[in-house]
Parts: sequence; structure tokens; C-alpha cells
Amino acid sequence: MPATEKRGGSGKAFRKYWRIIFYPLGMFPAIWLLWQGQNGQLGADPINAFERALGLWAFRFLIVCLMLAPLRWLTGLNFLRYRRLTGLLAFFYAALHVLTYVGLDHRFDWRVLWRDITHRPFVILGMLAFMMLLPLALTSNLVSLRKLGRGWKKLHLAIFPAAALAGVHFFLAFKTLNALSAFYLSVMAVVLVLRLPKWFGRRRSAAITR
Amino acid sequence: MALFRYPQPRPSEITPKDLYFSRRKVIAGLSAGLGVAALGTDPAQAGEKLHTHPGPYSATLEPTSRSDVTGYNNFYEFGMDKSDPAASSGDFKPLPWTLEIGGLVRNPQRLDVGQMLQSSDMEERIYRMRCVEAWSMVIPWDGIPLATLLKAADPDPKAKFVAFESVERPSEMPGQRNNISGIEWPYVEGLRLDEAMNPLTLLAMGIYGETLPNQNGAPVRLVVPWKYGFKGIKSIQRIRLVEEMPPTTWNRLAPSEYGFYANVNPEVDHPRWSQASERVIGSRSLFGEKRQPTLMFNGYGEQVADLYKRMDLHASY
Repeated sequence: MPATEKRGGSGKAFRKYWRIIFYPLGMFPAIWLLWQGQNGQLGADPINAFERALGLWAFRFLIVCLMLAPLRWLTGLNFLRYRRLTGLLAFFYAALHVLTYVGLDHRFDWRVLWRDITHRPFVILGMLAFMMLLPLALTSNLVSLRKLGRGWKKLHLAIFPAAALAGVHFFLAFKTLNALSAFYLSVMAVVLVLRLPKWFGRRRSAAITR
Repeated sequence: MALFRYPQPRPSEITPKDLYFSRRKVIAGLSAGLGVAALGTDPAQAGEKLHTHPGPYSATLEPTSRSDVTGYNNFYEFGMDKSDPAASSGDFKPLPWTLEIGGLVRNPQRLDVGQMLQSSDMEERIYRMRCVEAWSMVIPWDGIPLATLLKAADPDPKAKFVAFESVERPSEMPGQRNNISGIEWPYVEGLRLDEAMNPLTLLAMGIYGETLPNQNGAPVRLVVPWKYGFKGIKSIQRIRLVEEMPPTTWNRLAPSEYGFYANVNPEVDHPRWSQASERVIGSRSLFGEKRQPTLMFNGYGEQVADLYKRMDLHASY
């Protein structure tokens, strides 16, 4: 069999089966953290380390998800088909992060949780970001895409306010600005700001044609 | 019968302490000269034994493991992560060290801490430690009551507060270089004079019967067990008695989050989290980590509640 044909065949297979590789790969950090937690390798305060690591992974996947569109305009590299993968993984980690906060850290103590969710901007902002990601995750399937039609795109614009709220929540998760938070916050800011010229440009050109 | 015989050095073979510590200088000088990074400089991990005896007020609790006490703490001078102090404090030289006590005192002191480490008979105090971040440990400190030193300095009647100042040594403290935290160095803290004179307030020079490791505030630090951990200023150089309430580092940075008093209080929450309970350090397991209710004044109400009788602790947090 000629080599080119073989390569073409495996490329096709990759296009068909990448999900089987990438979803488990994206979930691997969660499994790894669980394994570390069970084996005493998350340090002195494992719940806190676990909770923070999950939040950081959610933020990372959110950044990657939002990076794919500007990456395409700027470099022509088209990874847009991974937006659902990365968006769903961001939601997966955000959900585990919230579950850890509610169940593991606060032991479903609703009195404390209620006070947190109604009084503390840090927690409110994080919760709002999560609530915004929830409908996006639920409508990430093709059936919803077809049903919602044009509304789907509008609904999924909610990722931008969700990302901004998550950014403020992430900033507030540390007592001071530090190398880690400064790095991720600036990457997120760049990824969001890159879109501004396009949005403003479009509005301006729309105004001109009118 | 012992299974092993460990080699016992004769007293004549033991390197004098000054020489031992100067060895590090020689190594540092050599490696700097050769442009080589200092290899495996071991921060005073294994401290020297101290003369110590059990003191009063000790909690009848199992102390947190030495590895958690020395490997998990905040000391922003060495980095922002709680593993940074242990990892990055190897270049810090805690000796020689002079502790000054001045300000409104009749008998100012300049104390040689190296000498104090050898000559003082210290008290062991097993105290609870409650961090403002809602976690807690139990730590066996060794030290002397702060009141002993303050009395020796003979405070002037005008003195109402005690101001503490740590060190600024960017060359030895990586957290003070490339600083984006907004913290002004050196770290400063303060107590009201009656708080400083309380018999619970300790100037610690050791943990677990040995000299303090660099990451825990060598060579001398403050321990105020009924207050949040950040009040326990580390590596203290200067103590001054003053008339006005002195500025304190965290209060200066975020006044709505960290007050001057910073008494442990389950009813006064941090703006970002509840202080009603705390995670107990030491479980080493994700699903086995305990959470326990936080006690008023961290359980030391019997000794200190009187200090705050006429105060609104919600306003003066």
C-alpha cells in the first residue's frame, strides 16, 4: 500500500475519532488530582489545593476556548472545531470546582453557603460565571443548535461576560496580585481584547452602509 | 540493645557555630565567583537543639507534623505560594542577629539573638494557630514571653502600643525582588501594650525544641495565639514602644479585610469567606480532611477576653 494513502487513512480516522482521545485527555488532570488527593500528595491542605486546581483548570480551558477564534484570524490556523471540546471541559472543571466548594469544603452547610452566595462578591461573581456557562453546556449539542437557530449564537455570546466575571473571581482568589494570577489574567485579557477591533470595526462598517 | 551504633563525635570534633555559619559564606562566595548556582544549600532544616522546658498554657492537642509546620506557611518575603518559604529561604542568614528594643523605654536593649539561643532557658508552648485563610494547626513553639523583655526595657508610661519591624533583604529574600504584590517591605506589625504584656504572647526562637527554620521566621518571631497568624511577624529586627497605633502590613494593603486587632472571631467574617469554621491541617487525604468550628479568641478567651471588654469586636476587627 502506498505510504500517502496510509497517511490519508489515519488522518481520516483521526478526524473521526479525536473525541475519544481528547475528552479523556482533557479530564486527565481531574483524575490525576483525585489520585494525588487520595494518596496524600496534595500537600497540607488537600481540599484547598484541589478546589483551587480545579478552578485554575476551568480558567485555562476557558482561555483556550476563547483563543481559537482570534488564532484563526491572526494565523489562519483553524482549530475552531475544538471550541465545543474546550468549552465543555471548562464547564466540567467549573462544575467540579463548585461541587468541591459546596460539598467537600463546606460539607453542604447551607447556612454558610447561603451567606457566602448572598453576601460575598468573590463568591457571587464565581457563581454567576458558572450559572452563565450552564446553559451553554446544556445547549452544546447539535439538536439544540438546530432548534435554537439564530438564537443559539446570541445565547453563546454569554461566554464573554462569563469569562470576564471568572477573571475577577480568579483575581480575588488570591490575597495579592502574584505571578500566577498576573499571567493568566493577562492572557485572558489579551484573548478578550483581541476581539474589540473586530466588533467595533463591524459596527462602524454597518453604520457606514446604513 | 541498640540495633545500630551511631558515630558520636567528640566535643573537640564539633565545628564551632560561628565557623559553621561562615562556611556558608565561603561556599556562597566561591559559587558566586565561579558563576555557579549554589548547590543544595540546605536551609537550617535540622535546627540546633534548644534548652527548653514545658511552659504554661499549652494545649493538650497532638501537634501538627513537623513537615506540615515547616513546609506549609505564608512568608511572602520568600514567595506567594505556601510551599515557597521552605523552598526559597535557603539564602537567608539568620545569624548574627541583633534585636533592638527602643522607642518609649527607659532602658533600650540591643540583644544578641545568637547568644540568647544558647543561653536562654526557653518555654515550650503548644499553641493552636489559626490562619486568616480558615485553616489551623497546632504548633509546639519554644521561646520566652515577650513581657519578660519588655519589662527589662522598662516602658515609659506614655507608651500605649508596641510596633514590630522585620527585615528587608532582597538579596536573601526572593519574594522581595520582582514584587508585584503591592506589599511594602519590611513587614510591620503591632500590638496594644496590654496585649504585648499578656503572658500568652511569646517571642518564639524555636519549634519542636530546635531553632526556628528560616521559613518559619528565624531567628526570632512573634506568636500571638488568639489572633490570626499574620499578626505573628517573623524575623524581627526592631521592637519600638510608641504612643499611637502603629501601621500594620496587611491592614495597610487591604484595610477592609485585615484589621489592626485581627482577633480570631467566628462571628466576624472575612469579606471573601466565612470565619465560622476552619480546615484542620494534617489529614493528608482529600476526603479525610477535617473541618472544625472556630473558637472565639481561638480558644484563649479565658486569658484574653478581658482585654476587649468594652470594645465592639465587629467594628474593631
